[in-house]
Amino acid sequence: MSKLELQNLTKAYSRDIVPVKKLSLAVEDNEFLTLVGPSGCGKSTILRLIAGLDQPTEGRVIIGDRDVSPLPPGDRNIAMVFQSYALYPHMTVRDNIASGLKMRNLPAGDIQKRVQEASGVLGLDPLLDRKPAKLSGGQRQRVALARALVRNPDVFLLDEPLSNLDALLREQVRADLKQIFADQKSPIVYVTHDQTEAMTLSTKVAVLSNGHLQQLGHPNEIYKTPANRFVASFIGSPQMNLIPLSRVGNDVALGDFRVPLPSGSTAKSVILGIRPEHLRLPREGDACTVSGDVFLVENLGMSDLVSLRVQGDPSLTLRALLPADATWSKENLRLALPPELIHWFDGDTEQRLNA
Amino acid sequence: MTTAPQTTAPPQTSDRGIPWMRVLLWAAIAFTVIFSLAPVLWQVLTSVKTNDAITADAVVYFPGLDQLTADHYLDLFRRNRFYIYMFNSALVSIVSTVLCLALGSPAAYALARLRIPGEQVILAIVLVVTLFPYILLFLGLLEVVRAFGLANNYLALIIPYTAINLPLTILVMRSFFQQLPKDLEDSARVDGYNTVQMLWRIVLPMTLPALVTTGILAFIFAWNEYLFALTFMTREEMKTIPVAAAQLGGTTLFEVPYGPLAAATVVGTLPLVLLVLFFQRRIVQGLTSGSVKG
Repeated sequence: MSKLELQNLTKAYSRDIVPVKKLSLAVEDNEFLTLVGPSGCGKSTILRLIAGLDQPTEGRVIIGDRDVSPLPPGDRNIAMVFQSYALYPHMTVRDNIASGLKMRNLPAGDIQKRVQEASGVLGLDPLLDRKPAKLSGGQRQRVALARALVRNPDVFLLDEPLSNLDALLREQVRADLKQIFADQKSPIVYVTHDQTEAMTLSTKVAVLSNGHLQQLGHPNEIYKTPANRFVASFIGSPQMNLIPLSRVGNDVALGDFRVPLPSGSTAKSVILGIRPEHLRLPREGDACTVSGDVFLVENLGMSDLVSLRVQGDPSLTLRALLPADATWSKENLRLALPPELIHWFDGDTEQRLNA
Repeated sequence: MTTAPQTTAPPQTSDRGIPWMRVLLWAAIAFTVIFSLAPVLWQVLTSVKTNDAITADAVVYFPGLDQLTADHYLDLFRRNRFYIYMFNSALVSIVSTVLCLALGSPAAYALARLRIPGEQVILAIVLVVTLFPYILLFLGLLEVVRAFGLANNYLALIIPYTAINLPLTILVMRSFFQQLPKDLEDSARVDGYNTVQMLWRIVLPMTLPALVTTGILAFIFAWNEYLFALTFMTREEMKTIPVAAAQLGGTTLFEVPYGPLAAATVVGTLPLVLLVLFFQRRIVQGLTSGSVKG
């Protein structure tokens, strides 16, 4: 039905400040795209370009098969949920939800019906006649969502909608969001800096840094095969161990230990990446192991986050997630690096080496 | 709260002696109130005292029943036709206040939201205008009024009052607009409001408290202004309250009409007091609370 496409989208404020650089991507029906990246990576700017609140310096925004680049926001048939919710303080919840529909001169009965529907889905019925000032944070957030849902837009845009909620509520609303948007056909673009939201909600994740698209793919793909060092370090918590090493023959030296490089690589220097959750206590048959002394244990409840100095080179540290019920000694702890779970990146280009 | 047995635990502060901080606080409050309001009270009392009580050798602070009279007020309206001056003052003040808000708010909005080249320069100029002692503008204005034949025309007061109040309006409204969350306007645009609708239906309702506050300031200035009103209005039926009050004459040349003067002061001040009391809640009320996370 509708499809959102960005072609060569560029936004430059000045020659040096270019928050979005030549971005091209497409979001189909039933797709939930999350733009994720650190603060200042341009993700909110992209959303504003799609909405038409900012004009791109170059490139086009296409919704369905019409180029909406020259259209004002109101004519693009989009709905946007703002980080601050942006509810109109002088209107009741009902009027807030209906405001977008009233602007399009829909018949009153129609508006009534759609507001009822949305408020039913989001459990807002008892609040319809209140003003936003009388609502809690979570309730305001639901009103903002309802205002987007009643519009039946061609594209949903959500700008960090959960970041103003406290941690417990956020988790709950995240689950609600997933259910609500599972029923929506239109493409959804969701901006967040929270990688958990990105992983749990989306069918597609775009990792951004400095205005450049770093990787675009299914959440699993991003997690399992990060395209470069930035994506590897940004996605996953606790952060992946990334250790720049130089090559010794077909191996690299990790302190006193040798780790074989993947076949066919010619890079002079490499970065070894392994996620803390993939480092484990050695079992029989593990060929590739390292050992060292533990200098920090952080208890995360279901597991312990263990930091150790690699034997032979005290400047090298590794962090590993070990199950809370495992037994191990702090001195000379031995850990296995499963070769299939090691990520290799080129030391110079920082691009991924192994498939 | 109420279940705590009060007999077994007497309040601890009672046997600590006199709570000096509280006494001091209330003494300070009492002093401030008396210091600021005593002159007003004196005017009110004078306005209801008979002439004999006013001029009595022994000062009558609080008039007895036989010393009370409403004559001064009645005089004001019968003999001096004070309602004409009230009407003039009201007309000039209201029109210039409305004009001031109508011209100043859009300018303030533009200065707050658009990226105008030279914005700082414009603001500096606006600020500089307020630095002139307005007595300096006076002679120039007199010539202008003469050249355009505006003497004894309401416009001769409305235009200068509006101009003098504009800088304040622009600066206050600009800082208010800057505090308004931009997301609301973005949201309105996504909802399909065009610029005019957005300003009228979304921005304006939220701006009411600021409009009322600056409006009251502008109104008070215009209501109380004396110098321009004295000079530009010479015909009796065009005068405003401050001028008319100052020109109140006694029955003889040597009599100072204390009673009518006091009554005129009260009548001239009362509308302002009522206005501020009426809008006070609007001023205090933060209308934007609840729109965005606060």
